[in-house]
Amino acid sequence: MSKMFKKVLIANRGEIALRVMRACQEMGITPVTVYSDVDRTALHVQKSSESYSLGRAPAKDSYLNIGKILDVARHSKAEAIHPGYGFLSENAQFAEACDVAGVKFIGPTAAAMNRMGSKTQARQAMMLANVPCVPGSAHGVELAEATRLAEELGYPVMLKAAAGGGGKGMRLVRSPQELTSAFNAARSEADRSFSDTEIYLEKFIENPRHIEMQILADEHGQTVYLGERECSIQRRHQKVLEEAPSPIVGPEMRQRMGEIAVRASQTAGYTNAGTVEFLVDEVKNFYFLEMNTRLQVEHPVTELITGLDLVQLQIRIAAGEPLPFSQSEVQVRGHAIECRIYAEDPDNNFFPSPGQITLLDEPSGPGVRLDSGIYQGSTVPIDYDPLLSKLIGYGSHRQQSIMRLRRALQEYFIGGIKNNLSLFERILRDPEFLEGRVDTGFLDRLLSPPARLPITKAHSEIAAVAAGIFAAMDNQQTGTKNSGGHPDSRWKQAARVEGMQ
Amino acid sequence: MLYYVSIDGRDYQLELSENQGRWSCRLHGRDLAVDVAVVGRNVLSLIIERQAYDIRRELTATNVQIWVGNEHYSAEVRDPRSLRSRRTRSAASDGAKKLVAAMPGKVVRLLVLENAEIDAGEGVLVMEAMKMQNELKSPKKGKVKKIFVSEGSAVNTGDVLVIVE
Repeated sequence: MSKMFKKVLIANRGEIALRVMRACQEMGITPVTVYSDVDRTALHVQKSSESYSLGRAPAKDSYLNIGKILDVARHSKAEAIHPGYGFLSENAQFAEACDVAGVKFIGPTAAAMNRMGSKTQARQAMMLANVPCVPGSAHGVELAEATRLAEELGYPVMLKAAAGGGGKGMRLVRSPQELTSAFNAARSEADRSFSDTEIYLEKFIENPRHIEMQILADEHGQTVYLGERECSIQRRHQKVLEEAPSPIVGPEMRQRMGEIAVRASQTAGYTNAGTVEFLVDEVKNFYFLEMNTRLQVEHPVTELITGLDLVQLQIRIAAGEPLPFSQSEVQVRGHAIECRIYAEDPDNNFFPSPGQITLLDEPSGPGVRLDSGIYQGSTVPIDYDPLLSKLIGYGSHRQQSIMRLRRALQEYFIGGIKNNLSLFERILRDPEFLEGRVDTGFLDRLLSPPARLPITKAHSEIAAVAAGIFAAMDNQQTGTKNSGGHPDSRWKQAARVEGMQ
Repeated sequence: MLYYVSIDGRDYQLELSENQGRWSCRLHGRDLAVDVAVVGRNVLSLIIERQAYDIRRELTATNVQIWVGNEHYSAEVRDPRSLRSRRTRSAASDGAKKLVAAMPGKVVRLLVLENAEIDAGEGVLVMEAMKMQNELKSPKKGKVKKIFVSEGSAVNTGDVLVIVE
C-alpha cells in the first residue's frame, strides 16, 4: 500500500486554494500555501498552517513562477503540489519540473498533458481512436491554409489556440473578410496567454450544447466516468452556470458518452481527474472538443450528485492508491447547479470590477454550498481572474435545486464592488432555462438587445426613506463631532464627485 | 428636518425626525409608520407600515446605492440649490464626451486616430484589465478630438482616455 502525503503545497489562490486546503485538512494533511504581495491578507493565506511569499503581484512573477514555487516546495518539504485550475495546472513543463524535483504533481503526467493539453495533438489522437471530432484541421495552420480550409468547410468557422483554455485565443469568423484580423487577434492573444502561437481551425457548429464528462483514472489502469455536466451557459466562451446532470442526457446517452470519454482518456495514458468536453448538436450527436487536464472550476456539481470528493480522490490517486470504487458503484442522484460569481458589472458589459468588499452576507441553509475566497473587508486585486465564489444549489430534482438557488441568491449580498448576482436571478427565472432548453447562444439571447436587467423596481419610495434615514444618521454623527457646524456628509461628497464627472 | 432625495433620478421630499430612537417620517406630506433598527454599518432593518425591508447602503467612489432586498437604486440626498446647478451644467456639456477608464488597466490597442470621424458604438480602443481585453466604444457620433493615451499606457480609474466631440 502506498503512503499518504504529510504535506501538500497548493500552488494557487482564491476559492480553489481554499477548496484544496479543506480536502487536505479533512485528510490530516498539512496544507502549504503561497501568496503574492497583493494576496497577503487573502483568505487562503489566513486559513493555512504554513504560507510562503512569492513576491510581486504579476502572475508570471508569482503563481506562474515555476522556480519560486518549487523553492517553496523544497523549503516546506511538501511531498506533492496541487495546482488547482488556471495558472500552472495545465503546464506540462511544470509537471515535468515537479517530477525532476522529486515532488508529486497532483494531476496527469507531463506526457499525457502534452498529448491532451495541445488541442491539435488531442484531435489527432482522438481521430485515431475513433472518437467523433468536429470537422476541421488536425494540425496548426497558417493564415493561407486557414483561408483555404475555411472555404472548404464553409463559414462560419472557429479559430482556436492549440494551447487554449478559458476562451482565450479563440475567435469566431463569420465571413472571409473577418478572417485575417481574427487570425491575428487569436494568435496575439494565444501568444500573450500561453506563450504559444499555434492556431487551428474548426467548422463552427451553430448554437451547440456544451456538455462535458468527468473522468477519474488511477495509476493502476482503472478509469471511471462520473457523469456529465451541462455547461452551455457561457459568455464569450467563459462558463457562467453549470449543472449536473444535463437536462437532455439520459442513462443511455450518459453511458455512451462516458465510455467514449474513458476511451479518450485511456488513449492518452491519462491519470488523475480530467474532463472530456463535447459539443452536442440539436439531435444529440456529440463531438469531442478537448480534454481539460485538470480539476474543473465546476467540479462541485459532480461532487454533489455522486457524493464523491474529487479533490480527496485526486490526492489519493497521486499517492498511488487505486480507485476505491468501480464504475457500477457510481450513482447519479439529485441535481446540482453552480453559479460563478464574478466581480464584474452586468449593467456595463460585464466590465471587471475589482476593489474592496465593504459588505458581505453569505447564504446558507438546505442544499446550498458556497465555495468562496472572499470576506467582508477583503480586496479583489486587479491582477487575477475576477472569480469571487461559486454558489451551488443541490436538490433531489432540477426544480428544487433552482428554487434553492433562487432563495440563496436572495440571501447573498456583496457590497462595494459590482458583481453578477443579478444575472443569475435572471437566468434562473428564464422560461427557456426552466425548460432546460439551453445552448451556447442562450446567454447572448438573454442579454440582447437591452443590456439592462428588466427587474421590476417597486420600492423607490422605500429606498428614498432609507436614503433619508442614512443621511439623517450621518448628520447626527457628524453633528456631535463638529459641535453644531455644518455637517458635511459622505452623501454630499458623493454627490459632488458625481457632479464632477 | 427636510431632505430632498433623488432615487434613480426621481425626486422625493422627505421630512424626518428622530427622538430617543423613534423615527417619524413624512413622504410628500404623507405620514409613514417607520421602525428603524441598525443592524450594522450601512445595514438597516426597516419596518414600514408593517412590511419588513432589508436595507443596505453602498458608497463607492462615484455614487451611492441603496439596496432594498435585491433591488438597487442610485441615490442622492441634496439641497435644491445644488440640484439646479447640476442640471445647468449637464446641459452645457452635451457637446464633447469623455471616454473614461472605469478601472486600472493597460491600453492594448488604439483603433482610431485623432480627428477621425466616428460613429456611436464604434470601437475606440482596447483595454486590458484583469486578464480580459475590452473594447471601449465611442459614446456618440462625432470627431475624435483628443487621445490622451498611447498603446501600452497604464491608466488608472477615472483617467480620461479620449474625447469625442
